[in-house]
Amino acid sequence: MQLTDMEKAILDGSEGDARAHAMDLLVRYGKALGAERLVDTNNVCGGFVGALPGRRDLLPPVPAGEERDMDAVYSLLNLDSDRRLEIPPVKAMTYRLIDAMDPDKAEIQRVSAESQQVSRDVGKFCGKVGINQCNTCTPYQIGNVPVMGEHCAWMESSAVIYINSVIGARTNVEGAHSASAAALVGKIPYWGYHTLEGRRGTHLIEIDYPVESMLEWGLLGYWIGEKVKNEVPVLTGIHSPPNPNKLKHFGAAAASSGGVEMYHIVGVTPEARSIEDAFRDNPVKDKLRFGKAELEEAYSWFSTATDRDVDFVVIGCPHASLEQVRLVAQLLDGKKLSPSSNLWIFTPKALKAMADRVGYTKAIEAAGAHLMSDSCSALSKVYPEGVKVAATDSCKQAHYLPAILKFQTWLGSTEQCVNAALTGKWSGGLESHKDAGKLVAPGALQ
Amino acid sequence: MSERKTILTGRSVVDGVAEAEALVTSQAISGFGGIDSDTGEVVEVRHELRGQSFKDKILVFPGAKGSSGWASHFQSTRLKGAAPAAMIFKVMTTKMALGAVVTRVPAVTDLDQDPLKVIKSGDWVKVDGTNGIVEVTHKS
Repeated sequence: MQLTDMEKAILDGSEGDARAHAMDLLVRYGKALGAERLVDTNNVCGGFVGALPGRRDLLPPVPAGEERDMDAVYSLLNLDSDRRLEIPPVKAMTYRLIDAMDPDKAEIQRVSAESQQVSRDVGKFCGKVGINQCNTCTPYQIGNVPVMGEHCAWMESSAVIYINSVIGARTNVEGAHSASAAALVGKIPYWGYHTLEGRRGTHLIEIDYPVESMLEWGLLGYWIGEKVKNEVPVLTGIHSPPNPNKLKHFGAAAASSGGVEMYHIVGVTPEARSIEDAFRDNPVKDKLRFGKAELEEAYSWFSTATDRDVDFVVIGCPHASLEQVRLVAQLLDGKKLSPSSNLWIFTPKALKAMADRVGYTKAIEAAGAHLMSDSCSALSKVYPEGVKVAATDSCKQAHYLPAILKFQTWLGSTEQCVNAALTGKWSGGLESHKDAGKLVAPGALQ
Repeated sequence: MSERKTILTGRSVVDGVAEAEALVTSQAISGFGGIDSDTGEVVEVRHELRGQSFKDKILVFPGAKGSSGWASHFQSTRLKGAAPAAMIFKVMTTKMALGAVVTRVPAVTDLDQDPLKVIKSGDWVKVDGTNGIVEVTHKS
């Protein structure tokens, strides 16, 4: 790899041990990729995985009466260092992705006292080194909106695919170690989606069905991911332009089923003014058609549920927008959940503050549902006691819930999911989901 | 009786030398939800290696898939003594590169012959990650 004099100096320790180690990790990672150089970044989104279940057993023990040595935790789990490093303030603007719990709902989420303490320790460390605790999988919904062409170092596949495709920012799917190193030195390997060649389309997808609802956009994404794996699909024939909610669900689904990190929609996304623009001189590897049969095929892949007694409804994967929170508030307004069911909706903390102010939170909580922030059922492994059957409006959550939490999981529209929580029964499905949407009268809350 | 050997040459991903028995799969491997980092066992429901462990074996596979936590899960296998002895793979991704770096085992890619066709589970394989050379001693 070609390093600049400044990069070489950091590698040699001019800015201390921790930044030297971070640079060394990025150089080894860049060499492994086959990258020729690093590129500057001032926009890093990472997970601080010590706080998530599954990695907590690797945390060094805390001696009685002492505080957890977070520099040691970060050195080992985030920088893969055998030696404890003194962690200095981050150099790049850095944002934390999801946490293990909502600190205001820890009891309802049934988070153990020990896990709450780990979460607080990680939070305190973030404050010390200057990591902004957005604690959401959708930083782009709460002000972290890169400009077109900006080099970023983000984790979280649903956020990566959104900013690459919808905004035209440039990032690969980073891991905890590369994001943590990038935060300390403001560099990331120039490879893959950072390069113009890496962003060109590979597969042409002809849409031959009026894809409109959020459920249909999610299923389209899930189907495409299954077909193109981690390549770059180019969509043509879109019936009506999507909104950010639909693209959020579309991308999350494509990233879950196949690992898609970038797509183009001709006439919609910024690097696809035409089919030629999206592919440039890249050959079309394959041409696929998406019609009604393919939509039904994708829905049939979500057949993990047989029991219609739904005891848990999950909404907000990726984290819900204010529009989605408003829809759920309207559907629940003046009603009560079935005593045998639960409804949790997840949104970023900043949007929760707005929902509090306008009254959506009150309408949701009065019905017996919960508006939560900072966390996620599948990733944080939080859910009400005794759940067997879940329902969700998200292909991504429906992909992960049966695998991680072993719940039978129904997939439907937001309206069908809310209805399941109100009645305790699943009566949704692909056929009827558009009719369900018509039952919602837009208007103010009571 | 002379042993049948094959030499493959490719590109170094992580330096170092290791030799062990091969475990070969034609399917990509997931970190999050795909492996048990305590045992090195593949746990993904529909995976052909489900129930088999790559611990101390030469893992020969197409590459990484799934969540961005891939490298963290493979780092965990090393910290828990369940890492593979070396990795040989075909498709480069950021998950794969970072995962190989933090698993800290010899790794090679871009080989001049398809490793998934040449190497069979049970073959004895020496991986020279520093020079990008793989020496296969075929079982039969």
